[in-house]
Amino acid sequence: MAEGLRIPDNLFARIPDAPWIIGRRSSLVGDIPRVGTELVWSDITGSWKARWGIKRMNFTVVPGLYCVGEPDDSSPVFVTANYKMTFDRVRKALSGMNAWILALDTKGINVWCAAGKGTFGTKELIKRIALAGLSQVVSHRTIILPQLGATGVAAHEVRKQTGYKVIYGPVRSEDIPAFMKSGMKATREMRHVQFGIYDRLVLTPVELTGLLKPLPIIALVLLFTLITNLFRITPLNLCAFLGAILLGAVITPLLLPWIPGRAFSWKGWLLGMLWAVAVVYMGGYLSRPHGLWISLSQILILPAISAYLALQFTGASTYTSLSGVQKEMKVAVPLIIASTSLGLVTWLVSYLALKGGI
Amino acid sequence: MQLRYLKNVSTLQMNDDKCTGCGICAIVCPHEVLVIEDKKAHIIDRDACMECGACALNCPCEAISVQAGVGCAAAIIRGKLKNGEPCCGDDGCC
Repeated sequence: MAEGLRIPDNLFARIPDAPWIIGRRSSLVGDIPRVGTELVWSDITGSWKARWGIKRMNFTVVPGLYCVGEPDDSSPVFVTANYKMTFDRVRKALSGMNAWILALDTKGINVWCAAGKGTFGTKELIKRIALAGLSQVVSHRTIILPQLGATGVAAHEVRKQTGYKVIYGPVRSEDIPAFMKSGMKATREMRHVQFGIYDRLVLTPVELTGLLKPLPIIALVLLFTLITNLFRITPLNLCAFLGAILLGAVITPLLLPWIPGRAFSWKGWLLGMLWAVAVVYMGGYLSRPHGLWISLSQILILPAISAYLALQFTGASTYTSLSGVQKEMKVAVPLIIASTSLGLVTWLVSYLALKGGI
Repeated sequence: MQLRYLKNVSTLQMNDDKCTGCGICAIVCPHEVLVIEDKKAHIIDRDACMECGACALNCPCEAISVQAGVGCAAAIIRGKLKNGEPCCGDDGCC
Protein backbone atom coordinates (compact mmCIF):
# COMPACT_ATOMS: atom_id res chain seq x y z
CA MET A 1 0.00 0.00 0.00
CA ALA A 2 1.26 3.47 -0.84
CA GLU A 3 2.62 5.25 2.16
CA GLY A 4 0.52 7.98 3.64
CA LEU A 5 -2.70 6.61 2.17
CA ARG A 6 -5.29 7.37 4.80
CA ILE A 7 -7.70 4.61 5.66
CA PRO A 8 -11.22 5.92 6.29
CA ASP A 9 -12.87 5.17 9.64
CA ASN A 10 -15.82 3.30 8.20
CA LEU A 11 -13.46 0.76 6.69
CA PHE A 12 -14.10 -2.96 6.81
CA ALA A 13 -17.84 -2.49 7.05
CA ARG A 14 -19.59 -5.85 7.15
CA ILE A 15 -20.86 -7.05 3.78
CA PRO A 16 -24.53 -8.01 4.28
CA ASP A 17 -25.72 -11.62 4.18
CA ALA A 18 -26.89 -13.19 0.93
CA PRO A 19 -28.00 -16.69 -0.12
CA TRP A 20 -24.65 -17.32 -1.78
CA ILE A 21 -22.62 -16.30 1.29
CA ILE A 22 -22.08 -19.56 3.15
CA GLY A 23 -20.00 -18.36 6.06
CA ARG A 24 -17.59 -15.82 7.40
CA ARG A 25 -13.86 -15.95 7.83
CA SER A 26 -12.41 -13.76 10.53
CA SER A 27 -9.39 -11.67 9.68
CA LEU A 28 -7.49 -8.59 10.81
CA VAL A 29 -9.86 -6.53 8.71
CA GLY A 30 -13.07 -8.03 10.05
CA ASP A 31 -15.29 -10.87 8.89
CA ILE A 32 -14.76 -11.71 5.25
CA PRO A 33 -17.73 -13.41 3.54
CA ARG A 34 -17.05 -16.93 2.35
CA VAL A 35 -18.95 -17.58 -0.87
CA GLY A 36 -20.19 -20.87 -2.24
CA THR A 37 -18.74 -22.24 -5.45
CA GLU A 38 -21.93 -23.87 -6.55
CA LEU A 39 -24.61 -21.69 -8.07
CA VAL A 40 -28.02 -21.92 -6.45
CA TRP A 41 -31.42 -21.44 -8.05
CA SER A 42 -31.60 -17.71 -7.29
CA ASP A 43 -28.18 -17.16 -8.93
CA ILE A 44 -29.38 -18.87 -12.10
CA THR A 45 -32.74 -17.10 -12.29
CA GLY A 46 -30.91 -13.83 -11.57
CA SER A 47 -28.68 -14.46 -14.59
CA TRP A 48 -31.68 -15.21 -16.78
CA LYS A 49 -33.42 -12.04 -15.73
CA ALA A 50 -30.31 -9.99 -16.42
CA ARG A 51 -30.01 -11.51 -19.89
CA TRP A 52 -33.57 -10.36 -20.59
CA GLY A 53 -32.83 -6.93 -19.19
CA ILE A 54 -34.95 -7.39 -16.04
CA LYS A 55 -33.50 -5.56 -13.02
CA ARG A 56 -30.20 -5.83 -14.78
CA MET A 57 -28.62 -2.82 -13.15
CA ASN A 58 -29.45 -4.16 -9.68
CA PHE A 59 -27.73 -7.48 -10.30
CA THR A 60 -24.70 -6.60 -8.21
CA VAL A 61 -22.61 -7.63 -5.23
CA VAL A 62 -21.21 -5.22 -2.67
CA PRO A 63 -17.65 -4.29 -3.72
CA GLY A 64 -14.95 -5.62 -1.42
CA LEU A 65 -13.09 -8.70 -0.33
CA TYR A 66 -14.61 -12.21 -0.36
CA CYS A 67 -13.13 -15.67 -0.06
CA VAL A 68 -13.66 -19.25 -1.17
CA GLY A 69 -12.52 -22.27 0.82
CA GLU A 70 -10.02 -21.71 3.63
CA PRO A 71 -7.56 -19.17 2.27
CA ASP A 72 -4.53 -17.95 4.24
CA ASP A 73 -2.08 -15.11 3.74
CA SER A 74 -0.37 -16.92 0.87
CA SER A 75 -3.55 -17.68 -1.11
CA PRO A 76 -4.05 -16.11 -4.53
CA VAL A 77 -6.18 -12.99 -4.99
CA PHE A 78 -8.56 -12.80 -7.95
CA VAL A 79 -9.90 -9.40 -8.92
CA THR A 80 -13.29 -9.14 -10.62
CA ALA A 81 -16.25 -6.87 -11.28
CA ASN A 82 -19.27 -6.44 -9.02
CA TYR A 83 -21.73 -7.51 -11.74
CA LYS A 84 -23.22 -10.58 -10.09
CA MET A 85 -23.21 -12.68 -13.26
CA THR A 86 -19.46 -12.10 -13.53
CA PHE A 87 -18.86 -12.63 -9.81
CA ASP A 88 -20.84 -15.89 -9.90
CA ARG A 89 -18.74 -17.23 -12.75
CA VAL A 90 -15.54 -16.47 -10.91
CA ARG A 91 -16.60 -18.17 -7.66
CA LYS A 92 -17.86 -21.16 -9.61
CA ALA A 93 -14.50 -21.43 -11.38
CA LEU A 94 -12.70 -21.34 -8.01
CA SER A 95 -14.42 -24.52 -6.83
CA GLY A 96 -12.07 -26.59 -4.65
CA MET A 97 -9.57 -23.76 -4.29
CA ASN A 98 -8.63 -21.56 -1.35
CA ALA A 99 -8.58 -18.03 -2.64
CA TRP A 100 -9.54 -14.40 -2.14
CA ILE A 101 -11.84 -12.50 -4.46
CA LEU A 102 -11.64 -8.72 -4.66
CA ALA A 103 -14.77 -7.27 -6.30
CA LEU A 104 -14.24 -3.78 -7.74
CA ASP A 105 -17.05 -1.26 -7.87
CA THR A 106 -17.89 -1.41 -11.58
CA LYS A 107 -21.48 -0.23 -11.01
CA GLY A 108 -22.80 -3.67 -11.85
CA ILE A 109 -21.11 -3.82 -15.25
CA ASN A 110 -19.05 -6.76 -16.54
CA VAL A 111 -15.25 -6.56 -16.60
CA TRP A 112 -14.70 -5.72 -20.26
CA CYS A 113 -17.36 -3.03 -20.62
CA ALA A 114 -16.38 -1.56 -17.26
CA ALA A 115 -12.73 -1.53 -18.31
CA GLY A 116 -13.75 0.33 -21.47
CA LYS A 117 -15.55 2.91 -19.34
CA GLY A 118 -12.69 3.04 -16.83
CA THR A 119 -14.70 1.85 -13.81
CA PHE A 120 -12.75 -1.40 -13.85
CA GLY A 121 -9.67 0.77 -13.83
CA THR A 122 -6.33 1.62 -12.28
CA LYS A 123 -7.82 4.18 -9.89
CA GLU A 124 -10.63 1.95 -8.60
CA LEU A 125 -8.26 -1.02 -8.20
CA ILE A 126 -5.76 1.00 -6.17
CA LYS A 127 -8.58 2.40 -4.05
CA ARG A 128 -10.21 -1.00 -3.50
CA ILE A 129 -6.91 -2.65 -2.49
CA ALA A 130 -6.59 -0.02 0.24
CA LEU A 131 -10.27 -0.03 1.27
CA ALA A 132 -10.34 -3.82 1.63
CA GLY A 133 -7.14 -3.80 3.66
CA LEU A 134 -5.70 -6.41 1.31
CA SER A 135 -2.14 -6.03 2.57
CA GLN A 136 -3.32 -7.01 6.05
CA VAL A 137 -4.93 -10.16 4.67
CA VAL A 138 -2.24 -11.49 2.36
CA SER A 139 1.53 -11.39 2.81
CA HIS A 140 2.40 -11.69 -0.89
CA ARG A 141 2.08 -8.85 -3.39
CA THR A 142 0.50 -10.45 -6.45
CA ILE A 143 -3.03 -10.03 -7.76
CA ILE A 144 -4.63 -11.87 -10.65
CA LEU A 145 -6.81 -9.84 -12.99
CA PRO A 146 -8.99 -11.02 -15.84
CA GLN A 147 -7.16 -10.27 -19.08
CA LEU A 148 -10.00 -8.12 -20.39
CA GLY A 149 -9.55 -5.80 -17.41
CA ALA A 150 -6.34 -4.60 -19.11
CA THR A 151 -8.39 -2.14 -21.16
CA GLY A 152 -8.89 -0.13 -17.98
CA VAL A 153 -5.93 -1.08 -15.78
CA ALA A 154 -2.28 -0.10 -16.31
CA ALA A 155 -0.42 -2.92 -14.55
CA HIS A 156 2.82 -0.95 -14.17
CA GLU A 157 0.94 1.96 -12.56
CA VAL A 158 -0.71 -0.36 -10.03
CA ARG A 159 2.67 -1.80 -9.13
CA LYS A 160 4.21 1.65 -8.80
CA GLN A 161 1.45 2.91 -6.54
CA THR A 162 0.58 -0.15 -4.44
CA GLY A 163 3.48 -2.57 -4.73
CA TYR A 164 1.13 -5.21 -6.13
CA LYS A 165 2.22 -7.06 -9.23
CA VAL A 166 -0.67 -7.54 -11.63
CA ILE A 167 -0.82 -10.86 -13.43
CA TYR A 168 -3.31 -11.06 -16.27
CA GLY A 169 -5.19 -14.31 -16.11
CA PRO A 170 -7.32 -15.90 -18.81
CA VAL A 171 -10.17 -14.11 -20.63
CA ARG A 172 -12.76 -16.60 -19.36
CA SER A 173 -13.07 -17.48 -15.70
CA GLU A 174 -13.72 -21.15 -16.55
CA ASP A 175 -10.04 -21.34 -17.59
CA ILE A 176 -8.81 -20.25 -14.13
CA PRO A 177 -8.21 -23.81 -12.82
CA ALA A 178 -6.08 -24.73 -15.85
CA PHE A 179 -4.30 -21.38 -15.63
CA MET A 180 -3.40 -21.98 -11.97
CA LYS A 181 -2.37 -25.57 -12.62
CA SER A 182 0.12 -24.48 -15.26
CA GLY A 183 1.84 -22.03 -12.91
CA MET A 184 -0.22 -19.00 -13.97
CA LYS A 185 0.54 -19.39 -17.66
CA ALA A 186 -2.30 -18.78 -20.08
CA THR A 187 -2.38 -20.61 -23.38
CA ARG A 188 -3.02 -18.77 -26.66
CA GLU A 189 -6.54 -20.14 -26.57
CA MET A 190 -7.15 -18.68 -23.08
CA ARG A 191 -5.99 -15.23 -24.25
CA HIS A 192 -8.19 -15.12 -27.31
CA VAL A 193 -11.68 -13.62 -27.23
CA GLN A 194 -14.20 -15.85 -28.93
CA PHE A 195 -17.61 -14.92 -30.24
CA GLY A 196 -19.26 -18.24 -30.92
CA ILE A 197 -22.88 -18.85 -31.75
CA TYR A 198 -23.78 -19.40 -28.08
CA ASP A 199 -22.03 -16.15 -27.07
CA ARG A 200 -24.09 -14.35 -29.69
CA LEU A 201 -27.32 -16.12 -28.85
CA VAL A 202 -27.30 -15.11 -25.17
CA LEU A 203 -26.90 -11.46 -26.18
CA THR A 204 -29.93 -11.29 -28.43
CA PRO A 205 -32.69 -11.17 -25.77
CA VAL A 206 -31.37 -7.89 -24.47
CA GLU A 207 -31.25 -6.53 -28.03
CA LEU A 208 -34.95 -7.32 -28.28
CA THR A 209 -35.98 -6.06 -24.85
CA GLY A 210 -34.05 -2.88 -25.59
CA LEU A 211 -36.57 -2.34 -28.39
CA LEU A 212 -39.51 -3.01 -26.09
CA LYS A 213 -39.39 0.40 -24.47
CA PRO A 214 -40.91 2.27 -27.42
CA LEU A 215 -42.86 -0.84 -28.47
CA PRO A 216 -46.10 -0.20 -26.52
CA ILE A 217 -46.47 3.08 -28.40
CA ILE A 218 -45.71 1.46 -31.76
CA ALA A 219 -48.08 -1.40 -30.96
CA LEU A 220 -50.88 1.02 -30.09
CA VAL A 221 -50.37 2.98 -33.30
CA LEU A 222 -50.31 -0.22 -35.35
CA LEU A 223 -53.38 -1.62 -33.63
CA PHE A 224 -55.21 1.64 -34.19
CA THR A 225 -54.31 1.73 -37.88
CA LEU A 226 -55.18 -1.96 -38.20
CA ILE A 227 -58.63 -1.55 -36.65
CA THR A 228 -59.52 1.70 -38.39
CA ASN A 229 -57.93 0.47 -41.63
CA LEU A 230 -56.14 3.80 -41.80
CA PHE A 231 -53.29 3.67 -44.34
CA ARG A 232 -54.55 0.16 -45.15
CA ILE A 233 -52.13 -1.55 -42.74
CA THR A 234 -52.84 -5.27 -42.89
CA PRO A 235 -51.76 -8.20 -40.69
CA LEU A 236 -49.34 -9.06 -43.49
CA ASN A 237 -47.74 -5.62 -43.18
CA LEU A 238 -47.42 -6.19 -39.46
CA CYS A 239 -45.74 -9.57 -39.96
CA ALA A 240 -43.39 -8.03 -42.52
CA PHE A 241 -42.44 -5.32 -40.04
CA LEU A 242 -41.88 -7.72 -37.11
CA GLY A 243 -39.95 -10.08 -39.38
CA ALA A 244 -37.58 -7.29 -40.36
CA ILE A 245 -36.99 -6.52 -36.66
CA LEU A 246 -36.31 -10.16 -35.85
CA LEU A 247 -33.94 -10.51 -38.79
CA GLY A 248 -31.90 -7.47 -37.78
CA ALA A 249 -31.82 -7.97 -34.01
CA VAL A 250 -31.67 -11.76 -33.70
CA ILE A 251 -31.06 -13.64 -36.93
CA THR A 252 -28.24 -11.44 -38.22
CA PRO A 253 -26.28 -11.73 -34.93
CA LEU A 254 -26.76 -15.50 -34.95
CA LEU A 255 -25.73 -15.97 -38.57
CA LEU A 256 -22.99 -13.33 -38.39
CA PRO A 257 -20.05 -15.42 -39.66
CA TRP A 258 -22.05 -16.97 -42.48
CA ILE A 259 -23.59 -13.86 -44.01
CA PRO A 260 -21.20 -12.54 -46.66
CA GLY A 261 -19.55 -9.16 -46.15
CA ARG A 262 -18.01 -7.43 -43.13
CA ALA A 263 -20.16 -4.43 -42.25
CA PHE A 264 -22.96 -5.28 -39.80
CA SER A 265 -25.52 -3.05 -41.50
CA TRP A 266 -24.75 -4.69 -44.83
CA LYS A 267 -25.33 -8.15 -43.36
CA GLY A 268 -28.63 -6.99 -41.86
CA TRP A 269 -29.65 -5.27 -45.08
CA LEU A 270 -28.96 -8.41 -47.09
CA LEU A 271 -31.25 -10.55 -44.92
CA GLY A 272 -33.84 -7.77 -44.84
CA MET A 273 -33.78 -7.60 -48.63
CA LEU A 274 -34.36 -11.35 -48.96
CA TRP A 275 -37.23 -10.95 -46.53
CA ALA A 276 -38.71 -8.00 -48.45
CA VAL A 277 -38.61 -9.95 -51.71
CA ALA A 278 -40.30 -12.88 -49.97
CA VAL A 279 -42.97 -10.57 -48.54
CA VAL A 280 -43.67 -9.02 -51.94
CA TYR A 281 -43.86 -12.45 -53.53
CA MET A 282 -45.95 -14.11 -50.80
CA GLY A 283 -48.27 -11.12 -50.52
CA GLY A 284 -48.79 -11.10 -54.27
CA TYR A 285 -48.20 -7.36 -54.10
CA LEU A 286 -47.15 -6.99 -57.72
CA SER A 287 -50.46 -8.26 -59.06
CA ARG A 288 -52.44 -5.81 -56.94
CA PRO A 289 -53.55 -2.41 -58.17
CA HIS A 290 -50.63 0.01 -57.80
CA GLY A 291 -48.62 -3.04 -56.69
CA LEU A 292 -45.36 -1.62 -57.95
CA TRP A 293 -45.54 1.26 -55.46
CA ILE A 294 -46.50 -1.05 -52.57
CA SER A 295 -43.71 -3.46 -53.49
CA LEU A 296 -41.19 -0.64 -53.72
CA SER A 297 -42.14 0.62 -50.29
CA GLN A 298 -41.55 -2.86 -48.79
CA ILE A 299 -38.21 -3.19 -50.56
CA LEU A 300 -37.07 0.21 -49.35
CA ILE A 301 -38.31 0.05 -45.74
CA LEU A 302 -37.85 -3.56 -44.55
CA PRO A 303 -34.12 -3.97 -45.34
CA ALA A 304 -33.44 -0.54 -43.81
CA ILE A 305 -35.01 -1.66 -40.52
CA SER A 306 -32.92 -4.86 -40.46
CA ALA A 307 -29.77 -2.95 -41.41
CA TYR A 308 -30.25 -0.44 -38.60
CA LEU A 309 -30.83 -3.10 -35.95
CA ALA A 310 -27.88 -5.19 -37.17
CA LEU A 311 -25.72 -2.07 -36.90
CA GLN A 312 -26.75 -1.80 -33.24
CA PHE A 313 -25.19 -5.20 -32.58
CA THR A 314 -21.69 -3.77 -33.19
CA GLY A 315 -21.65 -2.72 -29.54
CA ALA A 316 -22.36 -6.21 -28.27
CA SER A 317 -19.85 -7.85 -30.59
CA THR A 318 -16.30 -8.57 -29.46
CA TYR A 319 -14.32 -7.53 -32.50
CA THR A 320 -15.47 -4.16 -33.87
CA SER A 321 -13.28 -1.08 -33.50
CA LEU A 322 -14.43 2.50 -32.98
CA SER A 323 -12.74 3.59 -36.23
CA GLY A 324 -14.41 0.75 -38.07
CA VAL A 325 -17.91 1.46 -36.79
CA GLN A 326 -17.47 5.18 -37.52
CA LYS A 327 -16.47 4.30 -41.08
CA GLU A 328 -19.40 1.93 -41.48
CA MET A 329 -21.88 4.46 -40.12
CA LYS A 330 -20.67 7.22 -42.40
CA VAL A 331 -21.98 5.18 -45.32
CA ALA A 332 -24.76 3.17 -43.72
CA VAL A 333 -26.70 5.76 -41.72
CA PRO A 334 -27.40 8.18 -44.63
CA LEU A 335 -28.42 5.22 -46.81
CA ILE A 336 -30.74 3.84 -44.10
CA ILE A 337 -32.37 7.24 -43.64
CA ALA A 338 -32.72 7.80 -47.42
CA SER A 339 -34.14 4.33 -47.99
CA THR A 340 -36.67 4.66 -45.17
CA SER A 341 -37.77 8.14 -46.30
CA LEU A 342 -38.18 7.05 -49.91
CA GLY A 343 -40.03 3.97 -48.71
CA LEU A 344 -42.49 6.09 -46.73
CA VAL A 345 -43.03 8.32 -49.76
CA THR A 346 -43.80 5.34 -52.02
CA TRP A 347 -46.10 3.95 -49.34
CA LEU A 348 -47.95 7.26 -49.26
CA VAL A 349 -48.15 7.30 -53.06
CA SER A 350 -49.64 3.82 -53.14
CA TYR A 351 -52.08 4.74 -50.39
CA LEU A 352 -53.23 7.92 -52.08
CA ALA A 353 -53.49 6.16 -55.44
CA LEU A 354 -55.66 3.41 -53.93
CA LYS A 355 -57.73 5.86 -51.94
CA GLY A 356 -58.22 8.09 -54.96
CA GLY A 357 -59.08 5.05 -57.00
CA ILE A 358 -56.77 6.28 -59.72
CA MET B 1 -15.24 -19.45 -38.27
CA GLN B 2 -13.13 -16.33 -37.78
CA LEU B 3 -15.12 -13.11 -37.64
CA ARG B 4 -13.38 -10.15 -39.27
CA TYR B 5 -14.42 -6.51 -39.35
CA LEU B 6 -13.51 -3.73 -41.80
CA LYS B 7 -9.97 -3.61 -43.22
CA ASN B 8 -7.46 -0.77 -42.89
CA VAL B 9 -9.23 1.20 -40.19
CA SER B 10 -7.28 0.59 -36.97
CA THR B 11 -5.31 3.53 -35.53
CA LEU B 12 -2.83 1.21 -33.79
CA GLN B 13 0.78 2.45 -34.07
CA MET B 14 4.01 0.97 -32.74
CA ASN B 15 7.16 2.93 -32.01
CA ASP B 16 9.96 0.39 -32.41
CA ASP B 17 12.57 2.66 -30.83
CA LYS B 18 10.70 2.87 -27.53
CA CYS B 19 9.73 -0.82 -27.35
CA THR B 20 11.79 -2.92 -24.94
CA GLY B 21 10.12 -6.19 -25.87
CA CYS B 22 8.65 -6.80 -22.41
CA GLY B 23 5.69 -8.57 -24.02
CA ILE B 24 2.82 -7.22 -21.92
CA CYS B 25 1.05 -5.97 -25.08
CA ALA B 26 0.97 -9.45 -26.57
CA ILE B 27 -0.41 -10.80 -23.27
CA VAL B 28 -3.30 -8.35 -22.98
CA CYS B 29 -4.35 -8.29 -26.64
CA PRO B 30 -7.61 -10.24 -27.06
CA HIS B 31 -7.11 -10.77 -30.80
CA GLU B 32 -3.47 -11.81 -31.18
CA VAL B 33 -2.62 -8.62 -33.03
CA LEU B 34 0.88 -8.42 -31.54
CA VAL B 35 3.79 -10.85 -31.19
CA ILE B 36 7.26 -10.51 -29.71
CA GLU B 37 10.07 -11.38 -32.09
CA ASP B 38 13.74 -10.49 -31.74
CA LYS B 39 12.98 -8.68 -28.46
CA LYS B 40 10.56 -6.28 -30.11
CA ALA B 41 6.79 -6.24 -30.37
CA HIS B 42 5.43 -6.47 -33.90
CA ILE B 43 1.95 -5.80 -35.27
CA ILE B 44 1.17 -8.95 -37.22
CA ASP B 45 -2.58 -8.58 -37.72
CA ARG B 46 -3.63 -4.94 -37.67
CA ASP B 47 -7.04 -5.65 -39.18
CA ALA B 48 -7.93 -7.80 -36.18
CA CYS B 49 -7.36 -4.82 -33.84
CA MET B 50 -10.54 -3.59 -32.16
CA GLU B 51 -8.87 -0.55 -30.59
CA CYS B 52 -9.65 -1.61 -27.02
CA GLY B 53 -6.49 0.19 -25.92
CA ALA B 54 -5.26 -2.50 -23.49
CA CYS B 55 -1.80 -2.72 -25.12
CA ALA B 56 -1.17 1.03 -25.13
CA LEU B 57 -2.42 1.48 -21.56
CA ASN B 58 -0.23 -1.34 -20.24
CA CYS B 59 2.89 -0.46 -22.22
CA PRO B 60 5.38 0.82 -19.63
CA CYS B 61 7.47 2.61 -22.29
CA GLU B 62 4.62 4.33 -24.14
CA ALA B 63 5.69 2.66 -27.36
CA ILE B 64 2.14 1.99 -28.54
CA SER B 65 -0.51 4.47 -29.51
CA VAL B 66 -4.09 3.80 -30.46
CA GLN B 67 -7.22 5.89 -30.53
CA ALA B 68 -8.98 3.66 -28.02
CA GLY B 69 -12.74 3.41 -27.87
CA VAL B 70 -15.68 1.07 -28.08
CA GLY B 71 -16.92 0.01 -31.51
CA CYS B 72 -20.56 0.57 -30.65
CA ALA B 73 -23.01 2.25 -33.02
CA ALA B 74 -25.42 3.13 -30.20
CA ALA B 75 -22.65 4.94 -28.30
CA ILE B 76 -21.62 6.85 -31.42
CA ILE B 77 -25.23 7.90 -32.11
CA ARG B 78 -25.68 8.93 -28.47
CA GLY B 79 -22.49 10.97 -28.69
CA LYS B 80 -23.60 12.64 -31.92
CA LEU B 81 -26.98 13.57 -30.40
CA LYS B 82 -25.20 15.16 -27.46
CA ASN B 83 -22.73 16.81 -29.82
CA GLY B 84 -19.80 15.07 -28.23
CA GLU B 85 -17.68 11.96 -28.04
CA PRO B 86 -19.21 8.47 -28.24
CA CYS B 87 -20.56 7.59 -24.83
CA CYS B 88 -22.34 4.72 -23.13
CA GLY B 89 -25.74 5.50 -21.67
CA ASP B 90 -26.87 5.06 -18.09
CA ASP B 91 -29.75 2.88 -19.25
CA GLY B 92 -27.84 -0.30 -18.55
CA CYS B 93 -26.98 -0.89 -22.18
CA CYS B 94 -23.69 -2.48 -21.15
